[in-house]
Amino acid sequence: MTPNGGAADPLLQVEEIHTHYGKSHILHGVSLNVGRGEVVGLLGRNGVGKSTTLKAIAGIVHPSAGRVLFEGRSITNLPAHRLARLGIGYVPEDRRIFPLLTVTENLRTGLDRHGVTTARKKELLDKSYGYFPVLAERRNQFGGTLSGGEQQMLAIARAMMLEPKIILLDEPTEGLMPRMVSQIRDIIGVLHRDGVAVLLVEQNVPLTLDAGQRIYIIEKGVVRHHAPAADLRADDAPIHRYMGV
Amino acid sequence: MQWLHAVPWDLLLIQTINGIVTGMILALVASGLTLIFGIMDVVNFAHGEFLMLGAYIAVLTIVATHNFWLALIIASLGTGLIGALVYVTTLRPLLGRDPLTTILATFGVSLVLQNYALWQFGPVARKIPEPFSGSITLFHLDYSLYRLMIAGLSAAIIGGFWLFLKFGTWGIWIRATTQDRIMAQAMGIPVPWVLAGVFAIGSAMAGASGVLFGPLVGVDHAMGFDWILRAFIVVVVGGMGSLGGSVLAAIFISLLEAYSSLWVSPAQAGIISFVVLILTLLFRPTGLFVATPK
Amino acid sequence: MRDRQPLVFWTGFAIIVALLIASPLVLPPFWARFVTEILIWGLLAMSSDILIGYTGMVSFGHSAFFGLGMYGAAFVLLETKPPSLWAALAAGLLAAAAAAAFVAYFSTRLREIYFAITTLIFSQIFYIVIFTWTELTGGENGLTFSRPALAIPGLFSLRFTPMVLHWFVLAIVVLSYLLLRRITQSPFGMVLQSIRENEARTRAIGYPIERYKMVAVMLSGLFAGLAGVLYALQNQFAAPNFVFFVLSGEVVIYNVIGGIGTLVGPILGAAFFLLLREGLSRFFTEYYLIPVGLMFIAMVIFMPQGLLGFARRWLNR
Repeated sequence: MTPNGGAADPLLQVEEIHTHYGKSHILHGVSLNVGRGEVVGLLGRNGVGKSTTLKAIAGIVHPSAGRVLFEGRSITNLPAHRLARLGIGYVPEDRRIFPLLTVTENLRTGLDRHGVTTARKKELLDKSYGYFPVLAERRNQFGGTLSGGEQQMLAIARAMMLEPKIILLDEPTEGLMPRMVSQIRDIIGVLHRDGVAVLLVEQNVPLTLDAGQRIYIIEKGVVRHHAPAADLRADDAPIHRYMGV
Repeated sequence: MQWLHAVPWDLLLIQTINGIVTGMILALVASGLTLIFGIMDVVNFAHGEFLMLGAYIAVLTIVATHNFWLALIIASLGTGLIGALVYVTTLRPLLGRDPLTTILATFGVSLVLQNYALWQFGPVARKIPEPFSGSITLFHLDYSLYRLMIAGLSAAIIGGFWLFLKFGTWGIWIRATTQDRIMAQAMGIPVPWVLAGVFAIGSAMAGASGVLFGPLVGVDHAMGFDWILRAFIVVVVGGMGSLGGSVLAAIFISLLEAYSSLWVSPAQAGIISFVVLILTLLFRPTGLFVATPK
Repeated sequence: MRDRQPLVFWTGFAIIVALLIASPLVLPPFWARFVTEILIWGLLAMSSDILIGYTGMVSFGHSAFFGLGMYGAAFVLLETKPPSLWAALAAGLLAAAAAAAFVAYFSTRLREIYFAITTLIFSQIFYIVIFTWTELTGGENGLTFSRPALAIPGLFSLRFTPMVLHWFVLAIVVLSYLLLRRITQSPFGMVLQSIRENEARTRAIGYPIERYKMVAVMLSGLFAGLAGVLYALQNQFAAPNFVFFVLSGEVVIYNVIGGIGTLVGPILGAAFFLLLREGLSRFFTEYYLIPVGLMFIAMVIFMPQGLLGFARRWLNR
């Protein structure tokens, strides 16, 4: 296995990206890839650049060097809205629900795209209300009035409206009650079953090892370790080394 | 009850209608301004110039076609298009910079547009003929139907725009962009186009109000300045960025001016809006009429 | 920057002041007068720089302070016999300061982005009052009066020839520049600059932002009033045009063209603008504002440091 390789048919390839925020250099050449329908975990301590990696993939920050390939073509400098249309769904750490849009309107931000028939829209909405009955109950409530866990559901459901090929999940279980955490775990399973790839950034190591097939460990803006999740489940020494848990 | 007889009820009624009519036009001007501010955080100093351009485009169209309604449509589309061009060329490059720079840039735009109009059309005011001339009789006093129609049409444009914001896909996009520009983009909303579109819509609203008001005041290159000043006052009094607040403030101020002009000269009545502004700043700096759907 | 090489700075300063002292001796009267006028407009532009460049607030109301200085001086010159220069100066400054206090109080109550709007509206209030209060201000025709003598009672008395006036204006502008430079480098000036950089943080550190902004507006208004007094002295009239918004707009143009936050830049901008107007109006007559406006927009977008910043970078290359 190559240091950062893995997937035979990569959907997403991140090659040696660097990012700068003002004067601080955050990513120092991060490389990773995600195969079609694969769930990949990205572990690391706080502030090592996990979120920035996701933002760089989603087009919210633009790398100063390196490139990002999606289905084999470079998307490095495309604006975020084009990436969303290509099939990259982004669920940010702070969820970023539109507080003054209703739940349905929040979902429609991803649904009202060119080339989606009304029937298909209804189907997608129904499907997501099926997964998240709590959102169906609150469909006419403003996003800002939902609880933290409900907002997390909404953020994921909203990204799913894009019918993405990959979803970038940034710490989805942060600050959630255990019951909600297991629900998130179930959703990742559902996404995997539906053939949607997931790049999961987490602090929750057991959940990540359980849900992911491969794991990258990142430290100080570079990938330090890369292994199948099964290997790490058997021997968690690398996790102790890089994360100090 | 002696004083009741001293009140000129018929004049009061006329002035109420006058106040509402001017108020609706002012509301139309101010809505475009408040829309651009609320959604894009841009204080548009060139807004009055879009009003003036709309009026001039209408003058030209009427000369060519003799059709007021066609002129209204062409002028709105024209100013919308010019607005989009101005946005793309001068404001988009300033995205992410100090908001101060957008004030400066729109001031530059107003300078150019105003002097361009002076150059093209000269200093003599042009006239837009009223599309129809009927009047109705209210208490033995004649009232121009056209004036009533402007009020209705302004209300219809503002109302239509409100529905558009509330229900259409573009409405959701615009509101999402206002609330979280980055997340909107991450959801695939073409934010750069939404912003250009909003600027175009705001400009088109200014252009339309220029056409509607043209027959009452005459069209010259400096007509924008008066309106922008009043619209700024309305927008601050109404609570900046609030559509409903601007409409209420516009009607409120126009009514006060209309009533006071029964007793004082029109120039003195013009001071009313300043007084309302000062009182608002003193006692309620966030705006008199806030809390409206966005 | 300029403090890194104080010697270079003061040498340059001395050379420029010397040239300005000599200018009325060598220039033909038209251009000598032109230079005096540039100094006055430069002072006005510099006063506005306190807000736009150092505090990050665009004032579109400087015509009000300028005009009040002008009318304040005019009243005294008309009412006192013999007309007293110092009383006129005091009255002009007082009037401008009062106007500035009024505007400052209201315009700093709102978020900074509204500042431009409220200053514009408030200057318009002054304009309307001056325009309509004909008995006091002469309305549209304004006021005309004669120049006082440059005198200190019991010491000396000089008639204001164009040359004496030039030197008087130059002395005041140079002193104002040194004073403003000192102020912007003082702790007070640092607070203003920190408001410009990050208002929320400055507030969080514990500075009473509103009070600082009010003082900045008043300071700025005071120097704008000073420019108004000088202009009244030079032209022997006060007119409502000078209270109108167009003048405030020109002041903003001077700042942006010359380079905000530099004090010298705005003076340079005023000189550049007036020369440009002189040159362009031969080809474009009154439409010179079209090319000027386009240039202004281009500078806001591509050259936010203005001519001075551009020249500095070019020299350092």
